[in-house]
Amino acid sequence: MVGITSYGAYIPRYRIDRGVVYKAMGWLNPGTFMAGEKAVANFDEDSITMAVAAGIDCLQGMDRGKMDALYFATTTSPYKERQSAEIIATAFNLRADIRTADFTGSIKSGTTSLLSALDALKAGSAKNAMVCTADCRIGKPGSAQEEIFGDGAAALTVGEGNVIAGFVDSCSVSYDFVDHWRADGQTFDRQWEDRFIRDVGYAKFIMEAISGLAKKCKLDVKDIAKVAYPCLYEGDHKSIGKKLGLNPEQIQDHMVSNVGYTGTASPLMMLVAALEDAKPGDNIVVASFGNGSDALLFKVTDEIEKVKGKRRGIKKHLAMRRELKNYEKFISFRNVLPVEKGIRGEIMGATAISELWRSRRQILALCGSRCKACGTPQFPSQKICVNPDCKTMDQMEDYPFSDKRGTLFTYTADLLAFSLNPPAIYGFVDFNGGGRYWFDITDADQEAVKVDMPVEMSFRKKYVDEEKGVHGYFWKAVPVLE
Amino acid sequence: MAEGIKDKVAIIGMGCTRFGERWDAGSEDLMVEAFKETIEDAGIDRKEIQAAWFGSCFDSVNVGLSAAPLSLALKLPFLPVTRVENFCATGSEALRGAAYAVASGAYDICLALGCEKLKDTGYGGLPDMATMMGVKNRLIMPGLTAPGGFAMMATRYFAKYGIDPQEGKKILAKISIKSHKNGAKNPKAHLRREVTEEQVLKAPMIAWPLGLFDCCGVSDGAAAAIVCRADMAKNFRPDPVYIKALQIAISSGEEMMYTKWDGTYVETAVHAAARAYKEAGIKNPREEISMMEVHDCFSITELVTYEDLQISPRGKAGDDVRDGFYDLDGKIPCQPDGGLKCFGHPIGATGLRMMYEMYKQLQGKAGERQIKDPRIGLTHNMGGFPAMNLISISIAGLK
Repeated sequence: MVGITSYGAYIPRYRIDRGVVYKAMGWLNPGTFMAGEKAVANFDEDSITMAVAAGIDCLQGMDRGKMDALYFATTTSPYKERQSAEIIATAFNLRADIRTADFTGSIKSGTTSLLSALDALKAGSAKNAMVCTADCRIGKPGSAQEEIFGDGAAALTVGEGNVIAGFVDSCSVSYDFVDHWRADGQTFDRQWEDRFIRDVGYAKFIMEAISGLAKKCKLDVKDIAKVAYPCLYEGDHKSIGKKLGLNPEQIQDHMVSNVGYTGTASPLMMLVAALEDAKPGDNIVVASFGNGSDALLFKVTDEIEKVKGKRRGIKKHLAMRRELKNYEKFISFRNVLPVEKGIRGEIMGATAISELWRSRRQILALCGSRCKACGTPQFPSQKICVNPDCKTMDQMEDYPFSDKRGTLFTYTADLLAFSLNPPAIYGFVDFNGGGRYWFDITDADQEAVKVDMPVEMSFRKKYVDEEKGVHGYFWKAVPVLE
Repeated sequence: MAEGIKDKVAIIGMGCTRFGERWDAGSEDLMVEAFKETIEDAGIDRKEIQAAWFGSCFDSVNVGLSAAPLSLALKLPFLPVTRVENFCATGSEALRGAAYAVASGAYDICLALGCEKLKDTGYGGLPDMATMMGVKNRLIMPGLTAPGGFAMMATRYFAKYGIDPQEGKKILAKISIKSHKNGAKNPKAHLRREVTEEQVLKAPMIAWPLGLFDCCGVSDGAAAAIVCRADMAKNFRPDPVYIKALQIAISSGEEMMYTKWDGTYVETAVHAAARAYKEAGIKNPREEISMMEVHDCFSITELVTYEDLQISPRGKAGDDVRDGFYDLDGKIPCQPDGGLKCFGHPIGATGLRMMYEMYKQLQGKAGERQIKDPRIGLTHNMGGFPAMNLISISIAGLK
């Protein structure tokens, strides 16, 4: 049996109350009002970094060396050309002889990437595969999308052994249904009238896929523990459930009120949330929406108990929240509001792509070296051991730091350095097990940062060279939150 | 067996421009201004100079690469000229190059000149380092500034010795107040205004815990020296100043990547100072050093330097600061000319500016800042960050 072997999720720490957004922009379209709050990626996060965070959550205790494929689904890739999945695979330090692909162009591609991974297993071309999905969609100021869109990510591994939720079957429908679109070069979605989207698309495709799946599997909807499908309109989300004959407790929380509509990531984030509460024997259906719908049925196994509670997943990330009270800061993070960086902030060294290539494992995977003679871990990788009592030459082996926690040796909060989220906090991390280096510190309030506090590493966007179109990624230190 | 250069080389002329925001002067103007004072002070004909060392650091906003800018500005007659750069210790490197050339017997008379034009960037502080640390570092180093790099040493110092940051800031404030007091007496200093403790403590934060007055001036300026064989120095003037030691030490990566260094001092300074004291024959620096100019790019740097130079005991420099030990009328006056804090810090010139003050003090020509009967002066010039740096220590005295 093929199926899900592990799950993980990520929700960025910042949440903005929709009232803050409405207070700033509601004057333009009073009808955009929505209740609740939404998750907002920090200035140094994007779909790739969130996918890496969800993936790291998912890979806890898993053998990364066994992954044969990595698929990434998003509609918000930073690059049009340069595969995001490959950046993510390198960040996880996966093998090079694997299959990678980006699934994009539609917010249903999260489920499509999962189906493709399962198909690869069934075809025997992979024994273990990983699917990451994330979205960080930008709503135009004053639009309904600005209110509903939220940022987040989910990750799943699928395989043949130790399956926590076996894959039963799926049913897909595909239509060139243009509810919204975004052409090359455009920052914001355009969308057609809500009544059209709702009545012709949203109210029908999900039903069609789920009903088709139930029929195919001869499954009575009463035997489904949880059904997860995205929420574009709260009222219609409820009526889809009703029409399918589901009780409210069978419907997975769509998280629009506390995370927002996370696009491509939404169905798989809900699936992760469903798995967090699942019991062996549960049937779980997940469906997507966007140019049609994919519906997938999973049957939870006894193995679920080995993973449950051991991931940050949805629940713990929901609890790790920090309110963003400033609308202008929110839109500055997404570069919607151009801000004064000052001449210092504009200075940008060219990215040597050849350096990025030869040091890719150090930069993207935070992989340093360990001296075989004295055992000292060191970052970045050294040829001659840095231990003053050793200094052995050319006896190094790879040593990953990304999964090591450490303590903050010292730090500062710098107001001279340009940061979109000032002050720029940075400091030295002494890694548990050895090794020291200096890093930017993110997702931290200055008052909470203390010498010797525990920190962990987080994959982040380090810089964007807008002129040359380069997105630079590296690792930053963040306070350990649990 | 190498024996060092103690008393083999003498300084017979020095010059230094006014440091500051010299909007009206380009680097050529600054170089000529320092050079003119230097040869007039030495009383030599410029034709007697046989070789020159030119120090400048931030080439991209300064004079450009190579030694040509110096040779062109001074119209040196096809002399051997070398450009040196070693971060903020560049000026000391120029002096070291010239002094070693004389000590080796290659030349009799050499020029060392350092110049920096920092106020052509369009923003405050030192030029941003994003493009200057190499293609790999720019991909992995945090987005740091100079004050932030040093602030981390203050954070660690306060944590290790259990000093409440507000109390720590008061100790640091005393260091800046002292330098402002000295700088106010110096007509060539960039910042010539005394400050109160309240002003220092209430100043805007730059990089926690360092505020504006914990940071040195960022200035334009140039400084120069003429060095010659010690045995010929008195042919030029009755009071030449003899070089007793020139030592530098550079980080090995240990502070940055190995977990032994405790972050409350500068490792290289300990090594450079030990070597310099040995070269100069100094056994007890607290008793034998008459005065010093140290690299007070930030107040915390000056505090830990007192300890690194083995003058204040570890963790106790604050006591000496409170006792006025380093004041102009104290046991070892530090920063008599105002230091980087107030004289200013045009990178390439700074090491030579430090020596300029020691030279003038030793000759009794320091005006209202004059220290009584100094015999041995020390300069401590630092480049880089506490975790990765170089320290240059020079010791000079009258024979």
